[in-house]
Amino acid sequence: MSERARLLLPIADDELVLGWRNSEWTGIAPFLEEDVAFSSIAQNEIGHARALYQLVADELGTTADELAFDRSPDEYRCSRLVELRLVPDWARTIARHYLYETADAKRLEELKASDDPEAAGLAEKIDREEAYHRMHAEMWFERLNDEPRFREALEELRPLVDERGEHGPELAELWEEMTVVRRSVAGATW
Amino acid sequence: MVTAAEVWDALAEIPDPEIPVVSLVELGVVRDVAVENGHVRVDFTPTFLGCPALEVMRDAMAERIRALGAEPEIRVRTDDAWSSDRISAAGREKLRAAGFAPPAPRAEGGPTLVQLQSTVFRCPYCGSTDTRLENLFGPTPCRSLRYCASCRQPFEQFKTL
Repeated sequence: MSERARLLLPIADDELVLGWRNSEWTGIAPFLEEDVAFSSIAQNEIGHARALYQLVADELGTTADELAFDRSPDEYRCSRLVELRLVPDWARTIARHYLYETADAKRLEELKASDDPEAAGLAEKIDREEAYHRMHAEMWFERLNDEPRFREALEELRPLVDERGEHGPELAELWEEMTVVRRSVAGATW
Repeated sequence: MVTAAEVWDALAEIPDPEIPVVSLVELGVVRDVAVENGHVRVDFTPTFLGCPALEVMRDAMAERIRALGAEPEIRVRTDDAWSSDRISAAGREKLRAAGFAPPAPRAEGGPTLVQLQSTVFRCPYCGSTDTRLENLFGPTPCRSLRYCASCRQPFEQFKTL
């Protein structure tokens, strides 16, 4: 695996998987504004994943779709945090959102200083969009900060941010959902 | 043989797929046009990476260039971060006239929640700054939702990026 793949695939996998998880709130969020917000955030994350996969794919001579969907679940390098299916638990969803955006900001800052000019440039681009996700997460953090359920969710989920070893069964289930159409017609390009 | 100026003129006629009052050139997504031996290379910077209009823009540009009798190459530049500051003055005015509040200039370090929750944003309908943030997110990745307390009109605010 190339240096670029080692650097970018965990980020791309996180964004892809979290994008799917966030989209699970579409239509059923606690109120309309959050329906719009989580759908929009999901759309952004999938867009980031695509651009990151594309950069790796250019180097490896493959495609973004193949990297995103044609690996087996155990090859994904996403963290345990993003795998969890949290619907309909809003407190844990917001806790994950806050923990993820905080960790992602730090990671993007490091990537912006990378020796790989394309990766650094893409990190700058992604970071500008993520600024809105962070503002949204901060807004909710302030709003729920005194809620015991939210504090408990933060404590429960915090250790999972950097856990990138074994995946839980939820990733394999999500992978089935993500790839079912792609796998339905052998050799099809979508 | 086609010239770069002719290509720029052709691209300036392509409307944005989602906000058709502005053209791709006014939106500032075309960074460079290079013409060589009937081959036209366009450097294109996406607005938001998850924007579904990106493919439509790319295809529309390629089609216009082919119509000029040249071979297009649309190079997507993700290493050159597009900013809402690249929307031209004419583009901003067209956005406002269509009911989209144009983006505020990008400050060093980007927008902050305190700034977005303040009342510095002007209603595109009545001009009042008595407006409040309703939602950071809107119907497309590039827009937020605000409400004007003066004319009681919700409106869409182009995000500062």
